Amino acid sequence: MSTTLLRNQTSTPPTGGRRSRLTRNQRPAWLVPTIGIAAVVVGAAAAALVGFNVALWAVFSAVIFLVAAPVAVTAVEGRRKGADSLVTYLVYTAFILAVVPLVSVIWTVLANGLPGLNSNLLLTSMNGVTGATDNAAAAGETPVLGGAYHAIVGTVSITFWATLLSVPIGLLTAIYLVEYSRGGWLGRAITFFVDVMTGIPSIVAGLFAAALFGLLFGPSTRFGFVAAVALTVLMIPTVVKNTEEMLKIVPNELREAAYALGVRKWRTIVKVVIPTAISGIASGVTLAIARVIGETAPLLVTAGFATAINWNSFSGWMTTLPTFIYYQIMTPTSPTNPDPSAQRAWAAALILIIIVMLLNLVARLVAKAFAPKTAGR
Amino acid sequence: MSTTVTTKKSAAGGKAGDSVFSGLSLGAGVLILAVLAAVALFLFMQALPTFQAPAEDVSGGEGFFAYIWPLVIGTVIAAVIALAIATPIGVLVALYISHYAPARIAKPVAYVIDLLAAIPSVIYGAWGTTVLASSLVPLYGWLAENFGFIPIFSGPASQTGKTILTAGVVLAIMILPIITAMSREIFVQTPKLHEEAALALGATRWEMIRMTVLPFARPGIISSVMLALGRALGETMAVALVLSSGPLTASLLQSGNQTIAAEIALNFPEAYGLRLSELIAAGLVLFLITLVVNMIARAIITRYKEFSGAN
Amino acid sequence: MKASHLGRSAAVLAIGTLALTACGSDNATGNGSGSETGAAAGSVSGTLTGIGSSAQNAAMTAWQNGFQEANSGATVQYSPDGSGAGREAFVAGGADFAGSDAYLDDEEYEASKEVCGPEGAFHVPAYISPIAVAFNLPGVETVNMDGETIAQVFTGEIKTWNNPAIADQNPEADLPDTPITVVHRNDESGTTENFQEYLAAAAPEVWTEEVSGNWPSQWAAENNKGTAGVVQSTNATEGAITYADASAVGDLGTVAVGVGEEYVPYSSEAAAKAVEASTPVEGRAEYDMAMDLERDTTESGAYPIVLVSYEIFCPQYDSQETADLAKAFGSYMVSEEGQQTAADAAGSAPMSETLRTRAQEALDRITVAG
Repeated sequence: MSTTLLRNQTSTPPTGGRRSRLTRNQRPAWLVPTIGIAAVVVGAAAAALVGFNVALWAVFSAVIFLVAAPVAVTAVEGRRKGADSLVTYLVYTAFILAVVPLVSVIWTVLANGLPGLNSNLLLTSMNGVTGATDNAAAAGETPVLGGAYHAIVGTVSITFWATLLSVPIGLLTAIYLVEYSRGGWLGRAITFFVDVMTGIPSIVAGLFAAALFGLLFGPSTRFGFVAAVALTVLMIPTVVKNTEEMLKIVPNELREAAYALGVRKWRTIVKVVIPTAISGIASGVTLAIARVIGETAPLLVTAGFATAINWNSFSGWMTTLPTFIYYQIMTPTSPTNPDPSAQRAWAAALILIIIVMLLNLVARLVAKAFAPKTAGR
Repeated sequence: MSTTVTTKKSAAGGKAGDSVFSGLSLGAGVLILAVLAAVALFLFMQALPTFQAPAEDVSGGEGFFAYIWPLVIGTVIAAVIALAIATPIGVLVALYISHYAPARIAKPVAYVIDLLAAIPSVIYGAWGTTVLASSLVPLYGWLAENFGFIPIFSGPASQTGKTILTAGVVLAIMILPIITAMSREIFVQTPKLHEEAALALGATRWEMIRMTVLPFARPGIISSVMLALGRALGETMAVALVLSSGPLTASLLQSGNQTIAAEIALNFPEAYGLRLSELIAAGLVLFLITLVVNMIARAIITRYKEFSGAN
Repeated sequence: MKASHLGRSAAVLAIGTLALTACGSDNATGNGSGSETGAAAGSVSGTLTGIGSSAQNAAMTAWQNGFQEANSGATVQYSPDGSGAGREAFVAGGADFAGSDAYLDDEEYEASKEVCGPEGAFHVPAYISPIAVAFNLPGVETVNMDGETIAQVFTGEIKTWNNPAIADQNPEADLPDTPITVVHRNDESGTTENFQEYLAAAAPEVWTEEVSGNWPSQWAAENNKGTAGVVQSTNATEGAITYADASAVGDLGTVAVGVGEEYVPYSSEAAAKAVEASTPVEGRAEYDMAMDLERDTTESGAYPIVLVSYEIFCPQYDSQETADLAKAFGSYMVSEEGQQTAADAAGSAPMSETLRTRAQEALDRITVAG
């Protein structure tokens, strides 16, 4: 195909006048920026016709640009380059489209959360804080007292246990699927049902764990570990699916090379396959943790609701950051003055995001430590 | 030299290591099946009274089917909107990170997008009601005015913007990180040799992506979309906060419609007896929807299997 | 400059300490509450578990803290899962007491005999909160409406604020022609149920739907989750009207409700009055205080839209410790001090003297089984 194209190019009589043969059929550098400016101007005019606002202006300009620029490139450079430029601009548009709401969400959290992020919030629990305390704070007599320390403790311990349970199970299952089963009926069944498991509504997972422990320890048994089991049910599918995809794309040549050297299968998996895929696996595990660390519904029925610090996941009720946020927003400590509660809720949301950010960082470091030096880009 | 060392080591690891490892991984797989069977059994047992109850006792008074089908439609509408928005954008953003953006920008962007998966759904819900819904009101008004003849855009548009379309958009933003993160990891794993071969043959960047990256990543993209769909179907709090629910309506611009997961979350705290069983039966239906969707996805993935790396 | 620098390093230090050591404190208010003081050691100890209504959460937080301050060895934990969940757990023996916006129905009452002994569980109406009908009309603070008008507004029959039905009852108010936007709860709730009970009793011709904790889909309008949600929606929309716990309505205007010949604005006293004018539920234990409110009362000065939320206790507990704890905590809740604490913290209406005496008599009968 390329050869035909090359011949076509060489056999076309020179029409470009002064331009060199090498740059002929290339778009001049000013073309796309000019179209961009024109799109912005025409977009503004079109938006003004309908009823001007910034969002409309942006949308019109983007649409005009996305149509006009590829058409112009096609006219100058041909269909293939036109398609290429269309996709390029689409990719950039998609990126901007994705970034706008994301920035808005992050901005909302930062703007509302930062004022409340202080040592009170980080280092104290809600023990002893009542509506009267908040009324005093709203009247300006005291700073906003009470914090999320107990919720941070709860989130860290429950997530820790959930991760400890689900990562080995998920990882081993994915290994079984990719390395051992190889399309056997059991493997197919597992893959299929893991997919189905992603559709378990989170509250159902909570009820399931509550019922399970209710059978073992009596009705309404609630402690951190029960919640961890509920979260495990939600985490496993994400871990398995992600790991499975990552293991699948490890080139078979690597495995065959290891076998050819006489390395046992399990050592091949541990030393060759997993390290090759570790970056993807780590990202998948982080994603899975991120998926469950923000869960509210299953925790309400499994971990109870505490206002004091509890480090023990096997006895006593616990509060996690999402439940803390949820109840601070839904049932403010003082119904008459919900502002202190809202402030604590947003700041707690910020803490949750920071925790995940740190986890993400750790996962990346882990991935880097294990990954072969030349993998990927 | 290294060969001998490896052989020695693996000999030490021995046959036992192999069987222990395969046993463990098989055990994990079977455990998952057992857990899922237990969950399904639990759901079924709890839901059973609903199916046995006389029709007039079920909410709405016309039996469980009449109660659930508007919710099923509502769930599907919300999920379809979310996927229709998030899939193309998510994949394109993943492409941006893996193949378009300079490394200096790509890394922080990837990082920020991963973080978004961590924002609790309560916060997305709060953001959706306070920021997004109100800023979409003018757009909805405009759509209803100019495209009102299309049933899904028929007016009068909601004055608060708390509609199923807004809920779908919020869901799309929530699932975007899942699609992007997973697709990106797979895109960067595309064999370099293939990409370079395509470029060397004179392919443009898009042709290179179309001929090497996308076929390689297709099953992975579908997997990520399935995972995202699971989240969109099962999401409770965000929908419960954003959507001004009501009976089934075709228009996406009016308040109305309801999803199964939100229905469960909103009614569960006050439910007891038969109502509780109804809500769990609704959960079972959600489970079945996922089952069907996954069967379809599986059929699609099998068609593209030959491109997978581990063939 | 220097101060901000110091502040920043202090914050960094604080975060560092948080990460490195477990130095968080349960002493959030800084006045040495909690078990550290040991000064006010009460006679009871152990842990009492309650599950139930989220409407009570703010009051319960205040009660927990007040009680634990006075009894350093005791812990009360309460999970605001919801009334239904609370009753379910209580009847199954999973909680020592339940908080519920509705009393146990006959079936649940029968079931409670299994965990509570032959008398079955009893109710104490410890949390009473008027439900305000609140609206957002700039410049208008109060509007008079009788039951029928309120029902017509919430069913969408009356569409604007200057409708003659409203204007006739408010000759001196200047009502605009703003359209009325009804905002209701989208989650099942005791507040909705109590409000509907009132509508069904006061305007049976207009409110024809069966009373339930869910808003009827036939009259679905704008809705939002929870009390905080409907108040937020109403605040954001001019012309909106909603119903919410009176403590949460903030600056919104409120409706004075037509009772008999007069219009009664919500107040703690008016709510307590309505609760006294109620009929006890038939077929319950002797000292039980479960009641049906008379929503169509014509008694002067009574505000009929009231949410009564119960604490449900057993007359018999398995262990002496739990029985003592339940009795002590129950008595604290219905004591004058306890009721005042809740009123300060959660804006609830204190129980009347008569009700408190009756509740105390019921609680005094808690014993250990056997």
